[in-house]
Order: sequence, then C-alpha cells, then structure tokens
Amino acid sequence: MMEPPHSAEPAPPANPSPVVEFRNVSIAFEGPPVLEDISFSIAPSETRILLGPAGVGKSVLLKLINGLLRPDEGSIQLFGEEIGAMSEERLFPLRTRTGMVFQEGALFDSLSVRDNVAYQLIQERAPDDEIDRRVHEALTFVELDNTFAFFPGSLSGGMRRRVAIARALIHQPELLLYDSPTGGLDPITSTTIIELIIKERDVFRTPSILVTHRLQDAFTLCTHRFDTELGRMIPLPAGQTDPATTFLMLEEGRLIFNGSLHEILHTDNKFVREFLE
Amino acid sequence: MAIEEIERTAKNIVGTVQDYSLFAQRAVLNLFRPPRYWTDFLLQCNIIGVGSTPIVLLSGFFTGGVLALQSAATLSEFGATAVTGRFVSLTMIRELGPVLTGIMVAGRNASSMASELGSMVVTEQIDAMRALGVDPMRKLVTPRLFACIIMLFFLTILSDAVGITGGAFVTVFMNHQNGTQYFSMAWEHLRYADIVQGLVKPLFSGFIVASLGCFYGMRTTGGTEGVGRSTIDAVVFSSVLIIFGDFLLTQVLLTLFPPI
Repeated sequence: MMEPPHSAEPAPPANPSPVVEFRNVSIAFEGPPVLEDISFSIAPSETRILLGPAGVGKSVLLKLINGLLRPDEGSIQLFGEEIGAMSEERLFPLRTRTGMVFQEGALFDSLSVRDNVAYQLIQERAPDDEIDRRVHEALTFVELDNTFAFFPGSLSGGMRRRVAIARALIHQPELLLYDSPTGGLDPITSTTIIELIIKERDVFRTPSILVTHRLQDAFTLCTHRFDTELGRMIPLPAGQTDPATTFLMLEEGRLIFNGSLHEILHTDNKFVREFLE
Repeated sequence: MAIEEIERTAKNIVGTVQDYSLFAQRAVLNLFRPPRYWTDFLLQCNIIGVGSTPIVLLSGFFTGGVLALQSAATLSEFGATAVTGRFVSLTMIRELGPVLTGIMVAGRNASSMASELGSMVVTEQIDAMRALGVDPMRKLVTPRLFACIIMLFFLTILSDAVGITGGAFVTVFMNHQNGTQYFSMAWEHLRYADIVQGLVKPLFSGFIVASLGCFYGMRTTGGTEGVGRSTIDAVVFSSVLIIFGDFLLTQVLLTLFPPI
C-alpha cells in the first residue's frame, strides 16, 4: 500500500495575510444559487487546485475573485481590499495586478500574438522596444518565441493556451487565475501546459488558483517540481508533495473540501471519494 | 398564465430599456473622461465612414433617380415638370438622404458591431479585456458611438449630393429636360431650415445605430446562436428606431422651423 504523502519542505507561516479571501460568498443567476456560502483563502505563494465536475460553478468562482462577477452575498477580499461592492472603475487597477488564463485562451482574434501578449503594456503606452523585449521574454518562457508575428487563428489549441499564459505573465502578476487551462487538450499538450504552470509556480512563486476537472493534472502539480538546471519538471521523491499546493472541491455550488493532497486522499466524504475513483 | 406571461414580457421590456439607457449614458460620458482611445476612434471612422461610402453612394444615386422618375411622371399631369429639381432636392435633403443613409449604415454597421462584440463576449474576449484592466465600454463602445455619429453626418451629405445628381441624370438623359433648370430649381428653393433638418437627423441616427449595435452585441448570451440573435435585434431595432426617430424629429423641427 502506498505510504501517505508528506510535505517536501516546511509549511509556510501559519497565518500570512491572504491574497484572496472569500467569506460566506453566494451568487445566483435567475434560479437556484450557483455558489452558496463559499469561504476559503489563498495565501502568498500558495497554489490552490479547484476540483469539481462540469457545471458546478468553478469558472464562476474564478470570475468572482477578480471582480468579473459580483457576489449576491458575502465578502471577497483581493489584496486586502473588499471588492464585492467596488465600482468597475476602481477594480481595473486591481485587475492589472492579477493574470487570468481563460478556458479557451480568449486571445483577441484581430491582434497578432505580439499584440495579444503585450496588450497591457500597449495600453500603458510602454516604448515599443521594451514591449518587444518583454514579449520575447514571455514567449520564450512558454517556448513559443517563434509565434511572435503570428495571428491566433493560425495557432493550435495548445499554443493558444500557452500564448494566453504568456499574456497573463507579462505584467508580473501578484495572483494567477487559471480557468481549465488543459480543458479539451490531448494528454501530451496538457502535460506541456501543466509543466508551464509548475515552472511558473516554482520559478516566480506567484500565488495561484487553478480550475480543473482532470485529476491527473492536479496530482502532477502536487507531485512534481520544476528543475531549472534541467529545464523541465521532475517528480518529487517518492511520498513527497509540494506543500504549497492544496485542494478545494465544489459539489452543487458548495465547497465540500479544503485541504492538502494527503487529506483529500484520505477524506471520508463520499462525493470526493467517488470523484477521485 | 397569460397574465404572468404579459407581466414577464413587460418586465423584460422595461429592464431592457433601463439597461440600454444606462449603457448609452456610460458610452457618452466616457468621452469626457480619460482614457480616450483616439486610434480606435479613427479606425472606426475608417470602417464606418469609408467602408459605407460605396453603398451610400449607390443607394443615394438611385433614390434620387427614382424620385426624379416618379415626380416627373406625376408633375407632368400638371405641366409642372420644371419643378422636378426642387422636389428631388427637398425630399433628399429633408427626408430620404438622412433616413436611407441611416438604414443603410444600420444594415452594414449595427450588424457588424453586434456580431463582432457578440463574438467577443461568447469567446470571453470581453472578460479577458476586463481582466487585463481595460474597460470595454471605453475601448470598444465609445469610439464606435462617436465615429458612427460623425461619419453618418458626412455620409448623409454625400448621399444628398449624389441623390440630387442621380435626379439630374434621369431628368437630363431620360426625361430630356434642361439640366440648368433642374439645378436652378434644386438650389433656389432650398432654405436654411431644410439643411438644418437634414443634418440634425443623422446625428440621432448615428447614435441609434452604434448604441444599439454595441448594446445588443455586449449583452449576447447563448453562443453562436446568440450572436445571430443579437445581430438581428440590432439591425431590426435600429432600423425601426431610425424611422420612428425621424418621425418625432420631423415634428419637432417643423415646429421650430415652420414651412413658409
């Protein structure tokens, strides 16, 4: 029998000021609540994996974090500021501190890869040579520097996600939101995307939340680290997991699990166990 | 059941009108607060103004020609074919130029705005823009609104000019009348109030076309089918509102500038 996994490094400080904090958040769209009484937080340098079947409200939760949707009830704090009732005008500066990777990439069709990745920098009227340099850096990070002048229409699904990751990273965000970054991709491309996410996590230590319904991706995130010398992800020693990568799980709009890989593997919750099996 | 249905429909209508009012108000007020996207404004001027010129020229020319044909046939019964120029120019400048240009631009641009923005909504590009800290209302809607108002103004002048030219073409080459007389009648009976009437209307039509095109685009739901629905709604409502608005404006302008 497999030994229970234990942490590879000491756990982060017990109560660091969270980057995101949900308190009793609920939201509904003309019908029963999509999310009900959700409470959790994301600590600095923490990666949270949000699991749950399709249609359970995972993407809605992600959009609540950066104010793309407003809660009906409860409190949401982003970087220590209450955003639940914040005006759209005041939310824009906060959103520039986050990076979001959408389900299908959500690249702007009419703009080249360069302009997509540099979108924020262009709006800030950064000099062209600085934009080009930073776009090359971001595209090199996702190993797509050769697509600089391409348009999104000529990219494959996996390449679009990688460009979307480059766009989310270029502004050096303080929080990353990944909305099913591997959804609809083949296993090999999915692994490439997960490797990029692990690389980002281990190189920059940006707090993040990743929505997925693919258990394999979730476990890979917990059991691998990025080796900067080898330039690829490698498995952690047997039985070890990344201590800062933890799980959340939704069922019918309610948060039914909040804990580590070890805890999720040993939970008594029937739904979680069925989901894992 | 029937009463519930009526109540739901009434609430939907009131809700839509309220949403549209707030949407239009935000789009207008954005012009007076930074950031302003002048490059996008110029790009939209090119798309709406230059792009619509061929259809406006063609529709204006043939409308003027048809007016000349129809009016000459009727006026000949009274021996008054000499006033064809006056008839064509007044009708084009006061009514048909602004209304037809508005409808042509609505067909071309309200549909394009609704489908473009609608596609951006369903592929989460609008959310991505917001997540990147850019206000889609300022970046996408306000430039389209003001570009459409300004371009429709100039397109209407163009349509009036080619409409009168089309009337002249028919009068001279098909009805074999005197061209100088046609232009003389067209010019001499024009009053300042006629010009004002003709040039106030496209300002309102431009507002209707862009605000409804963007409004229906930005509230698209239901995937690609929803994009189609938004496009239809944008064209239908903007066309009907242009004609309805023309009716109201004509009443107001006739009160302000009564006919002699």
